[in-house]
Amino acid sequence: MPEEAEGTAAVPTREIRDFLRRRREQIAQRWSDEPVFRTVFTLSRDEAVEAGKAVVDALAQVADAARVEDPDAAGFTAVREQLARMGAARSRAGLSTAQVSSELAALRPPVENLLVSDLPEDATAEHVRACVTTLSVLMGTLRVVVMQTALSEGQALIDRQRLQLLEVATPVIKLWDGIVAVPLIGTLDSARSQVVMETLLESVVEQQARYAILDITGVPTVDSLVAQHLMKTVAAARLMGAECIVSGIRPAIAQTMVHLGLDLGTVVTRASLADALGYVLHQLGVGIVTPGTNGAVAR
Amino acid sequence: MHTAAGSQARLPIRSDMDLVWVRQHVRQAAAQLGFGLVDQTKLVTAASELARNTLVYGGGGTMETEPLVEGTTHGLRLTFSDDGPGIPDLEQALSDGFTSGDGLGMGLGGARRLVHEFGIESAPGSGTTVRVTSWVGRPPRPREES
Repeated sequence: MPEEAEGTAAVPTREIRDFLRRRREQIAQRWSDEPVFRTVFTLSRDEAVEAGKAVVDALAQVADAARVEDPDAAGFTAVREQLARMGAARSRAGLSTAQVSSELAALRPPVENLLVSDLPEDATAEHVRACVTTLSVLMGTLRVVVMQTALSEGQALIDRQRLQLLEVATPVIKLWDGIVAVPLIGTLDSARSQVVMETLLESVVEQQARYAILDITGVPTVDSLVAQHLMKTVAAARLMGAECIVSGIRPAIAQTMVHLGLDLGTVVTRASLADALGYVLHQLGVGIVTPGTNGAVAR
Repeated sequence: MHTAAGSQARLPIRSDMDLVWVRQHVRQAAAQLGFGLVDQTKLVTAASELARNTLVYGGGGTMETEPLVEGTTHGLRLTFSDDGPGIPDLEQALSDGFTSGDGLGMGLGGARRLVHEFGIESAPGSGTTVRVTSWVGRPPRPREES
């Protein structure tokens, strides 16, 4: 009984495989006019046809393995990258996931028409239906493969960008001999504050800095967790012999911190980075002299 | 009571990323209703504290925003709810410096000082709901003696 069932199931897939191989050229020609091929392979029509042929070959290989329902079938491996490129290009063109999906669905009717006209005239209705169903399933699986690839591409992109943000957003700037500054920008969550602390402590050693300025002008919200991160960073820097100054506390932030009950305690704070630099230079005994006057000393 | 500028919204709080979205949403809604910069910052900070509590102690939940109108005054109500373990002792939880985690213990009490109206419902095992409301242009609540 199982063998029998397998036998009848295998016939349509073999038929589809043979059909796909036989009509490879025509299918690819018809597909090359569909938006999902035409708009991605813009160099020439031949390029689109070639891409179409590659997909047809993949489908034939999947049918050959009788795995028409399996998006992980080995046959798709060869075209996975190409399919991802097609899906990504359509998304970039501003199409929603549903629109991309329906564009892919539009690839089915041309093949189906070709298949029906290709079947021998004496084929039973049941046989025709079985073949059409198998083809539909195969095309559905193709759609799943494209969407799956596009989604995992998107996830990979998000992961990459998250890593980039961690790195990019925490430059340590040397302002003067022994003075470094970190302009903090954006949300200071636990992961980022960890990176800030590490880069700051490293640069304290590297630059032999005695003063480190943490500028929070670019941090939109200072809540208790952000304050806690700041204080931990300050405490760590202090252990390494560097004094920290927190600057860039805007009026709205200052009022909010008071209401929230946050106390930065012994941390020196200044309204702006310039004030902080002035304070540190003064501490180091460095004066700033304006030419023409007899010398104004930094605050 | 009917909804004013901006619309009612319900945001999930499931991850750190959602907290960013909560803050941005509250800031936009508050700005749209005409809150000044200081009041925007206060409300956003309170939302940040409460949303983090929802995430960390409540195991995730939702925030609902609701614009209000009372006479000619506009306001914004934020409701944070979770199905977490609940808070056994509200009095203690609201006091500064108390934390059951490793935070500063300023979140709940601090958030109460940042808004005009503050309500909390919680019981062990039945989750926590915190409802805060702020009004445009109303002077800050006098600080209670503690």
